[in-house]
Amino acid sequence: MNELFSLTVIVGIITSGIRLATPYLFASLGEMFGQRSGVVNLGVEGIMLTGAFTGYYAVLKTGNPWFGMAVALATGALMGLLMAVISVTMQAEQGISGIGLTLFGAGLSSLLMKVLVGTPTGVSGFRPINIPGLSDIPVLGELLFNYEIPTYIAFLLVPVSIFILGRTTLGLKIRAVGQNPEAADSLGVSVVGVRYATVIFGGAMAGVAGASLSISILDIFQENMTNGMGFIAVALVYFGSWRPVGILAGAILFSMVNALQLWVQVLGLPISPDFAVMMPYVLTIVVLALTAKQIRQPAALTKPYERGE
Amino acid sequence: MSRKLFVTLSLLLLVALVAGACTAAMPPAAPAADTAAATEPAAAAGTPFKIALIMPSTTTDYSWSQSIYDGLKAVQAEMGGESAMEIAVSENLFQVADAGNAIRDYATNGYDLVIAHGAQYGNPLFEVAKDFPETSFAWGTTTNTGADEGLANVFAYEPAAQEGGYLNGVAAALLSEKNIIGVVGPVEAGDAKLYINGFVDGVKATEPDTKVNVTYTGNFGDTALAAEAANTQIKAGADVLTGSAQQVVGSIQVAKDAGVFWLGSQSDQSPLAPEIVVVNQVYDWTKVIKDMIESHNSGTLGGKVFTMTLNDGGQTTLFNDAAKVAPEKMAEIKTAVEAAAKGIQDGTIVPAQ
Repeated sequence: MNELFSLTVIVGIITSGIRLATPYLFASLGEMFGQRSGVVNLGVEGIMLTGAFTGYYAVLKTGNPWFGMAVALATGALMGLLMAVISVTMQAEQGISGIGLTLFGAGLSSLLMKVLVGTPTGVSGFRPINIPGLSDIPVLGELLFNYEIPTYIAFLLVPVSIFILGRTTLGLKIRAVGQNPEAADSLGVSVVGVRYATVIFGGAMAGVAGASLSISILDIFQENMTNGMGFIAVALVYFGSWRPVGILAGAILFSMVNALQLWVQVLGLPISPDFAVMMPYVLTIVVLALTAKQIRQPAALTKPYERGE
Repeated sequence: MSRKLFVTLSLLLLVALVAGACTAAMPPAAPAADTAAATEPAAAAGTPFKIALIMPSTTTDYSWSQSIYDGLKAVQAEMGGESAMEIAVSENLFQVADAGNAIRDYATNGYDLVIAHGAQYGNPLFEVAKDFPETSFAWGTTTNTGADEGLANVFAYEPAAQEGGYLNGVAAALLSEKNIIGVVGPVEAGDAKLYINGFVDGVKATEPDTKVNVTYTGNFGDTALAAEAANTQIKAGADVLTGSAQQVVGSIQVAKDAGVFWLGSQSDQSPLAPEIVVVNQVYDWTKVIKDMIESHNSGTLGGKVFTMTLNDGGQTTLFNDAAKVAPEKMAEIKTAVEAAAKGIQDGTIVPAQ
């Protein structure tokens, strides 16, 4: 058991956890904005896969990771737009249309991969940054200065989200539309406009989340590579009580426990691998149960708004 | 309200259509094969043999599914192309219920041989096999042909992965200079379990002091977690890695970046990282497939068990000479692996499973 507390292992767990948390942070924070304005988007998984593919393909063809990121962002935004049209304008049942979008995204990304690429090959995506001097500091260097740029952006998104949501007029409008769309409408806030904006943004972030997998962390695309991450990202919004800090805590908890269970197995500790694999999920549920009373969802979540109803 | 209802209903229909199209996930191979057969001149010898393949992952997964698909394509080419053999493929059918529907679909459409390529497909396969006694079915990893349930039209195959695993283990032990080796496993079951147990046995038999660390991600497709598992292994000191299942694509990328050697399983994984993939355990499905076709054509629709071993040619070891290994080291590895292979083939070495 002592080996678990050695410096290498602790540093390893933290760095792995931070890397694993990156796609969750992007997707979850994006989804949070949508949900705060009252729209739940279960299509995150499909958007992540499509964004992962388009970003990968763009880098495969041009060798430029930033261009790949931009393409993935645009793809995600387009799919977010599709979701917005279906959920906000056509007022369809949000859960079902989200699942439909997921299936669409999964199928589309697989089809495009087969037709345009075929067998997966690696790409040169983002590389870990190397700041001469800072990155070489023995422990701190590895803990702070050795990640790929998208990871830093993902974590920066947290204070940015807190600021937008809590200290800007836009954030106020988003929260109002999610809590009481009738009142917001009567005060001149465009409910439809705000919801479109947040859902498109959520889609864009989900696209970036997918690309952070295919062109940053893994540098390859494989069909269905997200393996359910999108749904966990949506769950993290609930876990985090629709607040960026809560989402950060959830993403870090889940990812670090995942990293921990890998080390438990590598060190050969007497815990069965089946149990180790279960740990992140069990711990998340336990924490959720203990903090349940703090959860307050936006009052108008999943309810389409029609003026005069 | 009725306008909303109409819109919701039409969207539900649309979603259902999309869902049906996506989950069936049949790539152009099926319709292309049909039209090819239709326009073929009547001079072709009889009707083509129709094979359907149902897989839990994709034909490009660099592991379990790709290996049998490659085997089918090879046999098709040998038999004379699409006029002699039609192949229809259904991918990504990890869900057993979906696979069951696909199996029934193919049987209903008159396919001669339906292969359910996954250990989880047993139950739906047996149900469909009962309803279609004129169709041949096949599945693996298993040795159960359904004979206990009165079925005579099911073939079973179980690649003896522990043999190839053992050989990879021998190579890994010789490759490793730090004497720490890492294994990125998916789930402790099926082909992966056989391979990994054989692998560890091979390592210990060659260099008993080598440490082998095994992790399981609990999943066959969690590419990100498999990559982190590889990272963790490398941080724990491993300089040689191996693994099983399609998710190892992520691990191989990590190994490539870290300059750590990789031993491939189930398919030739060298194209992913030619400098570090040294040895690959590969399956040769052609004999099994040809045997199944011949048996079917001569009236035996099932009931045979195929164990693909080094002896019957169902398994081979592929060395990647492009790997960045010193020539003397590579020669040493080849000699040791060939000696171990002989030992397994004549029974003096029995790899653990």
